[in-house]
Amino acid sequence: MKLNLKIWRQKDAKSKGQMVDYPIKGVEGDMSFLEMLDVLNEELINKGEEPVEFDHDCREGICGTCSLQINGEPHGPDRLVTTCQLHMRKFKDGDTIVIEPFRASAFPVIKDLIVDRSAFDRIQQAGGYISVNTSGNTVDANAIPIDKHAADEAMDAATCIGCGACVAACKNASAMLFTSAKVSQFALLPQGQVEAVDRVQNMVRQMDLEGFGNCTNTGACEVECPKGISLENIARMNREYLSASLKG
Amino acid sequence: MGILDSKIPAGPLEDKWTKHKNTIDLVNPANKRNIDIIVVGTGLAGGSAAATLAELGYNVKTFCYQDSPRRAHSIAAQGGINAAKNYQGDGDSNYRLFYDTVKGGDYRAREANVYRLAEVSGNIIDQCVAQGVPFAREYGGLLDNRSFGGVLVSRTFYAKGQTGQQLLLGAYAAMNRQINRGKIQAYNRHEMMDLVKVDGKARGIIARDLVTGEIERHSAHAVVLATGGYGNVFFLSTNAMGSNVMAAWRAHRRGAHFANPCYTQIHPTCIPVSGDHQSKLTLMSESLRNDGRIWVPKRLEDAEAIRNGNLKPTQLKEEDRDYYLERRYPAFGNLVPRDVASRAAKERCDAGFGVNKTGEAVYLDFAAAIVRYGKEKALISGMKDADSQTIRNLGEEVIEAKYGNLFQMYEKIVDENPYKTPMMIYPAVHYTMGGLWVDYNLQTTIEGCYAAGEANFSDHGANRLGASALMQGLADGYFVLPYTIGDYLSQDIRTGTISTDSAEFDAVEKEVRERIEKLMSANGTHSVDYYHKKLGKIMWNKCGMSRNAKELQEAIDEISELRADFWANVKIPGKPDGMNQELEKAGRVADFLELGELFAKDALTRNESCGGHFREEYQTPDGEALRDDENFKFVSAWEYKGEPKDAVLHKEDLVYENIELKTRSYK
Repeated sequence: MKLNLKIWRQKDAKSKGQMVDYPIKGVEGDMSFLEMLDVLNEELINKGEEPVEFDHDCREGICGTCSLQINGEPHGPDRLVTTCQLHMRKFKDGDTIVIEPFRASAFPVIKDLIVDRSAFDRIQQAGGYISVNTSGNTVDANAIPIDKHAADEAMDAATCIGCGACVAACKNASAMLFTSAKVSQFALLPQGQVEAVDRVQNMVRQMDLEGFGNCTNTGACEVECPKGISLENIARMNREYLSASLKG
Repeated sequence: MGILDSKIPAGPLEDKWTKHKNTIDLVNPANKRNIDIIVVGTGLAGGSAAATLAELGYNVKTFCYQDSPRRAHSIAAQGGINAAKNYQGDGDSNYRLFYDTVKGGDYRAREANVYRLAEVSGNIIDQCVAQGVPFAREYGGLLDNRSFGGVLVSRTFYAKGQTGQQLLLGAYAAMNRQINRGKIQAYNRHEMMDLVKVDGKARGIIARDLVTGEIERHSAHAVVLATGGYGNVFFLSTNAMGSNVMAAWRAHRRGAHFANPCYTQIHPTCIPVSGDHQSKLTLMSESLRNDGRIWVPKRLEDAEAIRNGNLKPTQLKEEDRDYYLERRYPAFGNLVPRDVASRAAKERCDAGFGVNKTGEAVYLDFAAAIVRYGKEKALISGMKDADSQTIRNLGEEVIEAKYGNLFQMYEKIVDENPYKTPMMIYPAVHYTMGGLWVDYNLQTTIEGCYAAGEANFSDHGANRLGASALMQGLADGYFVLPYTIGDYLSQDIRTGTISTDSAEFDAVEKEVRERIEKLMSANGTHSVDYYHKKLGKIMWNKCGMSRNAKELQEAIDEISELRADFWANVKIPGKPDGMNQELEKAGRVADFLELGELFAKDALTRNESCGGHFREEYQTPDGEALRDDENFKFVSAWEYKGEPKDAVLHKEDLVYENIELKTRSYK
């Protein structure tokens, strides 16, 4: 199929960016979206032009490196997939595809389609862990039985890949879904209880410091999340935060 | 043998590690504050090592090319992690895990290292649970296990099909705790370009900031390389796009011997190649072989009809299917080790029984498991005579709970529903058992330079068993390196900060800059990918699942020619002083073009078949690998001498005191 790509080009963080048109042909349905961009880049390189830079790594939907706002949606039109798992069979011959970086003031553009998501790392550094030494001198793994439902729910929250689609999808650029998934994983497990009060307060404080917006419960984050992280996590984090505030 | 002293402690196998820990030197807590350690790579091995070393009090700097340590490719490991907990009471023990690993590796791994791995395996699970890793549990609240290939017990712990992700997030969380305390400085989007030695010891690295393009100097008292494997030398593999051998290869060029480069794991269950545009391959976890049955049609005409689209696999009767693993290996069936399963798939496809349009695919079928689980679920739910549709629905629910994310991934890529029609799979490059040679302390042949995880060679011999990579990465990082590196650093308590303002740093930085300049100034005819794909084709066709002397020699010549062409004609647009992904790729491919040749040379030298290394000249009449213990019971460690063809072979003889060498049989 033939497509008309409109791609955001920006030399570096300081330069002004712009949309540039790139017609492309010979695209096959079995190609992933990123393989389609590989084909474009190969053409650009052979013509002596600079290729379009984009973030990607595992290309199997788990590392959370790939991003892209495709026709206005983070990770494109398909549901429950990252851009690397989006296949061109979701598009039709002659389509125009607008490709932009994730947009949020807390995610500044580095170059072309690549943004800086280190704010997510800093939120986790603020408390997204259990303070246990890695000496191995802990109790036997089966000494604490954990209710299967709680373990499964913690796992559901823990599948967040930290890609930032929730932020890019939100009109307020809020990072509540991301932060709440991290808080929830520990809130649901007995191991996480000891530090629960400090954890939620520190992580929320860092989230605010990074300049993410507020949550107004529109739910766009849940719809666009490639891992199906549920809005319930936000409700859980709000409860945790409230109870932490009461405990002081 | 001098330089290849493996430093295995004396004494009985079970006591070696404990005794070693009790006798090595320690660094007192006040002195640890004055010692710097660089950790390159932040996957399971690097992340866990960095966290533990920082926790002990050392000043740690981590480096990764990804934008966050949490994105290292360990995250993509699916199926699980082994540990000899014997929670299932099915006869597991440290010895059995040790034995299975040595046997699975076709008797080409070091006994003492493997035993230590088995010994600390249980601790890993305790540790991860304490960190909040949400492993799968049974209804009683205790941990669940599943089975993996090449073993007869259930010892694999898992978190759905995302075990690597959860373990890495655990290690990353442990790192974050130390970053928050200021004990780890994380340099993300940084690539190690070279290793700096001072007085023969590893004392730092030259790194490139991938955002600004700046070349930086970083010094330390010791350098840990935890940079993963080199499967991307094949271009197509299940590795991440950025996975590369640069750090290990640069260390090799500075004096670290490279061990067993030809030992590569070709994983049997990956999604088949769909076309020339393919950029990488996707694994379907080995755990699927717990419940999936592998087959091809019995008759050639049926295979052809399927390839032409005239017959559907579900239409083929049970008696017309060849469950070839169950037929050839009745004892282990679909759960034979990976090398055996891969070769068997290739054998059937080469004989014309392949089932997709390229003829390179076999079926992995869940129909029987769906019915089996469905019946069980119906009984548990109190339905005594459920109809077949209800049973199917219930069975699909069970399968979804176990492997849902894998099935979804398959459907997105292939556009077929694997609950209704069998999956198509084919082997693909997945893991490299070879790597930097290390002694028992995980030190390379460069003093102060350590290698952990997939980057070293030590534990898996010629074939790695499923769910053992995660175990080894975390064992090295959490429980081995933190002890052994202290023994080395105890000599450094009076050294003080290592200056980066020295002739040694000047010289290496100059070389790094010249190399980048040379890459940028090549003629500019072909893209980096053009060369990478060509290299991959040579590797896959001549150094892949089966190898022979003639083709290996051809591979050596062709790679050498391709390398010369690359340096003369590669085309890299843009500038080096800023983000430039083509330049990043070029540096990595340049090193693959050297490693690939050494790989072929190693395979050519090893005149036997063992594990993942199958030489067509050395096989039994029924096509099984034929090992030669008399002449090849050694580790090949290659010393760099300029061109790969000039590399010098050193041998570390493998001594088996606790295991009797046998022909590996899974029949």
